[in-house]
Amino acid sequence: MIMRRYMLGRVGQLVLTLLIYMTLVYFLMQAMPGDISQMYLANPRIPQAAREELKKQLGLDRSPFLQYISYIKNFFTGNLGVSFSQYPKPVWDILIERLPRTIVLFVTANCLSFYVGFVLGRIIAWQRGATVDHIATVVGITFWTAFYPLLSLILIWLFAYTLHWLPLNQFIEPALWTRAPFTSNTVFGYMVLGIALIALAVFFIFWTLRRGLRRTRRSAALAWGMTAGVICLAIWIAHATGTLIYIWDIIRHMMLPVCTLTLINFAGTMLLMRDSMLETVQEDYVMAARAKGLPDNVVRDRYAARNALLPTVTSLVLSLASSMSGGLVTETMFSWPGLGQVLFRAALGNDYPLATGALVFTGVFLLVAHFVADLLYAALDPRISYTGQPAEG
Amino acid sequence: MNELATSPNARQSNGEGPRFDPGITEPIWKIRWKMNMRSLAQNWEVFKESRVGMFGLMIIIAFGIFGLLWPIMINFVWDPLVYHPVVGFDPIMMHPSPPVAGHLLGTDPIGRDILAQLMFSTGREFLLGVLSAVISVVVGTFIGAMAAYYGGFTDTLFMRLADIVMLFPFVPLLVVIGSMMRLDIFSFAVILGFLEAFGGITVILKAQALQVKVRPYIDAARVAGGSDLHIIRAHIIPNVLPLSFLYMMFNVTAAIVSEATLSFFGVLNIDMSWGMMIHTAETAGYLFDFGKYWWLWAPSGFFITLFCAAFYMVGRGLDEVVNPRLRKR
Repeated sequence: MIMRRYMLGRVGQLVLTLLIYMTLVYFLMQAMPGDISQMYLANPRIPQAAREELKKQLGLDRSPFLQYISYIKNFFTGNLGVSFSQYPKPVWDILIERLPRTIVLFVTANCLSFYVGFVLGRIIAWQRGATVDHIATVVGITFWTAFYPLLSLILIWLFAYTLHWLPLNQFIEPALWTRAPFTSNTVFGYMVLGIALIALAVFFIFWTLRRGLRRTRRSAALAWGMTAGVICLAIWIAHATGTLIYIWDIIRHMMLPVCTLTLINFAGTMLLMRDSMLETVQEDYVMAARAKGLPDNVVRDRYAARNALLPTVTSLVLSLASSMSGGLVTETMFSWPGLGQVLFRAALGNDYPLATGALVFTGVFLLVAHFVADLLYAALDPRISYTGQPAEG
Repeated sequence: MNELATSPNARQSNGEGPRFDPGITEPIWKIRWKMNMRSLAQNWEVFKESRVGMFGLMIIIAFGIFGLLWPIMINFVWDPLVYHPVVGFDPIMMHPSPPVAGHLLGTDPIGRDILAQLMFSTGREFLLGVLSAVISVVVGTFIGAMAAYYGGFTDTLFMRLADIVMLFPFVPLLVVIGSMMRLDIFSFAVILGFLEAFGGITVILKAQALQVKVRPYIDAARVAGGSDLHIIRAHIIPNVLPLSFLYMMFNVTAAIVSEATLSFFGVLNIDMSWGMMIHTAETAGYLFDFGKYWWLWAPSGFFITLFCAAFYMVGRGLDEVVNPRLRKR
């Protein structure tokens, strides 16, 4: 009962917040100087009448209030307008085309950096005050605060330009794709689908064998063997359908941005995990587990780390969401044609419908993610009540 | 402020007559001052334990000395015509020149001294970081305390406002603002400070203030007749302040990084900063050959990273002061 009422209240606030946000975005865009009819102002062959006609066709001659009303109405009917800079293309199509690329890049990078941070944080919390702790903290903070555009340039220069290990920029190799029978987005879609299926299969394997895994080596070997089998099968299917070289091309292009993002972001999770774990290692059950004589790493991984995971999981959800928009720098530096790059170009190029669309789109994403993070937190930690207040007493 | 820490009649009888003297002759502000100093000294002891924090503090002090050298150098040592960070030019050599005797870190493509630019920018980065952090923390603490204390409508208003501010992608928003008005370093710091203040920091400080608000001494203060403003000012804010101070350190880092990133993309209207130095090198095309023209990007990039990391490390050290659970037993 309380849960449902809380949910309804939150959803109501969500919609209201979204409306206010959209209004703010709209007026911010209005406040930007110049509009599309001012482009090519130095060209004398475009007469004033043509400019007026253009304004009229795009609906820019109406009063701002009327424009605002139609903008809100159109948004809720799923119409985000037509981009100015890529003229006949609807904003919605551009965003949908860009979305999977952004999601794949940042989900991969976030998961990787989360895992690295989790493992490192676990180790340095267990050995607090040791040299490993100090070194990992200082190195982590240095990367965490490193000047990001420059670091990415250095890595591009080192791995792509000097060593030629990885391809330079973009997300596909144009020469390879001109003769390709598919568009890059189709392959991308298959990739996402394939990874999701593999993840599901692996999860299922480990879930069915979860009892045996704790006790015997044989079932562990079986589980890993089956995982390898699933991955081989996926590769074979990709090969059979002829998409393998294209998928490999995309993966090769992804490596550098993913590594850079991991290098930058792992420290956040690491430090959070360290702090959170320093609290759990002082709990009684950890001492009890030690007193039983369990090996050190079992106490660390199964007892202390599990309960320290909670704040880091919520931070993972939030960082996934914020990278939707925060990926602007990454996408610009690596010429990765995703949402952030679209937003940056649109904001610089006075393309209001596209900029507004991208801003609102990421806004919806972030709002939903905050909502999910709240629910997840409440679901994972029964001590937190749905009213948002700390429990009484 | 000459109020005495005794009963009121002690003040009236000065000079002749038997004087009520409980043995405390110091004015109350002096006692408060001493107590504050004592707690500061205790916190310092805790902070000193954290090696990472001390490391960061030392780097910040080094930066401070480096920044203070600038007025001395430009006024007494260097010729302003050659070493001016924005309009200086050295006519004797080819530019960009690698490090030589006159220019210890070389010159940039338009013939300005790199070391002079670094030194000049240090003070301004301090100004930017500290100003925006102070604004964000002062405003954020006040709003957080108000939201926690009054609850209800005030709370909902500011929390939803924080949601909205956090929704905005930071860099595009600043790009848009930058295209509307000329952003110099001062207005940029103010805008950044207010954005931070209404965003995440309010939420965190409100959560902290909420824990303070339910303590018995707040009720006691209200029963004793303290006004809302007095309770917020004298009881809630001092208890939230350590956490605010911690977030101030993190906000300095955030401000410097945003300035550098936006300068790098050429959105800001700042004549010289560390980000701007890299921007100059990049637009002139010297970043394509990293190894050869290292002096154009390495010093400023290194400084940005080091400066931000130093503040972050001090923040980590303060974290152990603020969160007793993180301390060593």
